[in-house]
Amino acid sequence: MLGYTITQWLFGILSFLAIMFALMVVFTRNPINSVLYLVLTFFCIAGHYLLLNAQFLAVVHIVVYAGAIMVLFLFVIMLMNLNQDTEPQKTVISKVVAAIAGGLLLFVMVGALRGSEQLQIKQYGHSDIGLVKNLGNVLFHDFLFPFEIASVLLLAAMVGAIMIGKKEIK
Amino acid sequence: MQLTNRRKEVSHKEQSIAEKIYLPAILKGMAITASHLFKKSPTINYPEETRPIAPVYRGQHVLKRDDNGAERCTACGMCAVACPAEAITMESAERKKGEEALYREEKYAAVYEINMLRCIFCGLCEEACPKEAIFLTDRLVDTEFERGDFIYGKDKLVEKMTERIDVSKRQTPEVLEFKKKPGLKHNELFDSSKQLGKGKKH
Amino acid sequence: MTVFLIYKAILCVLIFAVSLGVAAYATWWERKFAALLQDRKGPNRAGPLGLFQPLADGGKMFMKEEIIPNVSNKFLFILGPSLFLFLSFLTGVLIPWGKDFTYDGHALALQLTDINVGLLYILGVTSIAVYGIIIGGWASNNKYSLLGAVRASSQMISYEIAMGISIIALVITAGGTLSFREILDTQDAGLANICYQPLGFLIFFICALAETNRAPFDLAECETELVGGYHTEYSAFKLGAFMFGEYINMFVSSAIMAGLYFGGYNFPFAKEFYHMIGLEDGSAWISLIGAGVYLIKTFIFISVFMWIRWTLPRFRYDQLMNLGWRVLIPLSLLNLAITVLVEIFIRGTIQL
Repeated sequence: MLGYTITQWLFGILSFLAIMFALMVVFTRNPINSVLYLVLTFFCIAGHYLLLNAQFLAVVHIVVYAGAIMVLFLFVIMLMNLNQDTEPQKTVISKVVAAIAGGLLLFVMVGALRGSEQLQIKQYGHSDIGLVKNLGNVLFHDFLFPFEIASVLLLAAMVGAIMIGKKEIK
Repeated sequence: MQLTNRRKEVSHKEQSIAEKIYLPAILKGMAITASHLFKKSPTINYPEETRPIAPVYRGQHVLKRDDNGAERCTACGMCAVACPAEAITMESAERKKGEEALYREEKYAAVYEINMLRCIFCGLCEEACPKEAIFLTDRLVDTEFERGDFIYGKDKLVEKMTERIDVSKRQTPEVLEFKKKPGLKHNELFDSSKQLGKGKKH
Repeated sequence: MTVFLIYKAILCVLIFAVSLGVAAYATWWERKFAALLQDRKGPNRAGPLGLFQPLADGGKMFMKEEIIPNVSNKFLFILGPSLFLFLSFLTGVLIPWGKDFTYDGHALALQLTDINVGLLYILGVTSIAVYGIIIGGWASNNKYSLLGAVRASSQMISYEIAMGISIIALVITAGGTLSFREILDTQDAGLANICYQPLGFLIFFICALAETNRAPFDLAECETELVGGYHTEYSAFKLGAFMFGEYINMFVSSAIMAGLYFGGYNFPFAKEFYHMIGLEDGSAWISLIGAGVYLIKTFIFISVFMWIRWTLPRFRYDQLMNLGWRVLIPLSLLNLAITVLVEIFIRGTIQL
């Protein structure tokens, strides 16, 4: 088909959808719809992981992001009952500041990615690095220390959340 | 004062560890429900099977005809007076010449209505009737879709000549004897016209 | 290749039809079983033993008036139940119903697909299954629906953790594979996993009750507090989709439990039995008998779900959360620790 393989077609479609949904997250006014578009974006990204033969990452991505974090997001937004009507009108200054900040971010990203076309990416072909067993080996042998550091970081965040959540400290 | 021996002392003591696990209690409860799997259901499949009813069951009323087929009711209103639920209304009319075969008495009920939604099937109308005209039978009142349909007129209450209704179980000699007792109000009213006149003066 | 594709297409339709049929007849069995437990008769008018009752119910669902609240978000309102039903079917894809058999030289599996992260996939699908309820409950624009949806989501997230940890313990026992089929096959030769993981099974079972929103964890549709919970505003077939999805979830989670902990299509002395009646390996009959055994196990689990529903009263919300966070999660961690210690020091399957 037009000289592309099925994988390339899938990659194109998934990328298009991911970018479109990501834009919709920003442009929809209703926060609930934003969250739902974000969930769809996550699904597209999980699709990308599948194309990379990283099934474990794809599933964990869905379980953690779409299944848990986004549900909590939705939960909070629903309870706060944010609607278009209650959205506060931004002042002109804040709009200008937001535009400048966003523009700078774009500038930085373009600058960072500018040199990437010369970069030689190693082609792994059909790598099995994303499968559970290999990933586990890599994580618990080569990257054991960073992995444990990350878990300590999460633990610290959790303790902090509990401290904030507590009404009074005895 | 102890009324029953089923009283239990309420205590708020701490649950033991065995109780805190809850699983034994849950299993006990489930054993109880499971034991009901093997019990016979007491349900009666109504239209196919019916519950046995007493021979003197008090169901839908009938206005009896006498042996010649004339209506017994004379529209005296005793039943309406006796009715605790005020379910019975009637309008009387005078019997014309040539209608002797239709009505036994000189006065008859042109309209006779019982509201089956109000009726409590106590049987006091039957007891009050001096002419042995109204009886409760062992038939059940049908269900209807409209409230108005529960007001039964003479078309539904008077027994058909083709299907006579046997009330001999309700009209035993003992009952007839009981009804003749002078102390009963309908006997007082009908036996002496003086007392009726007295009543009117008041 | 063609044989393979045709076979998969047939199997796909078959599993879809079986899921639908089982879900429909689970409603009948639920009513009948409840009646038996309560000394009643249950449905007995539509056909013999009321067997046509699901058809009558389904017909009723189709004929009822579709009501879409004026103030609701129409697209999401319709999306909610559709998503719920769709995702409940998705979990059933992985279940291997029987052993492989050979037909015309092709080895065919009685399973739609076997992916090597199977158990994680199941966790993933159940974790997003809550979106159907949340979206439907929110789009109804009703306080009761919203509360039901919020309850459902917090409950599912809470119980998923304990479920996941008990699955990890199971995976360690079953030799470190996440594939559903391989876990089933390890139980072929040895004991069923329930013997190694009794506590894990208990935790998984309780979590499965909570994940499928069945009593005593059905706080999301708690009539006494929330009218109908998340489906208060739903009528006709959209309500039917929610009900149906719940029964399919029950069917699939029963099948998962029967497979993971009770050996699925394996049964004691299966090899001797097949040998005795003269079936060779790879015969389609072995697959069929296995599927039958698996279905019977699943049916028993469905009945236990119902038995629990008609025995236990509903939890209070704080009790539910306490059970999830303060009892089940520590218990599942304890179970995991014990499992690892047993594997290292007693069974010696893990080398340090």
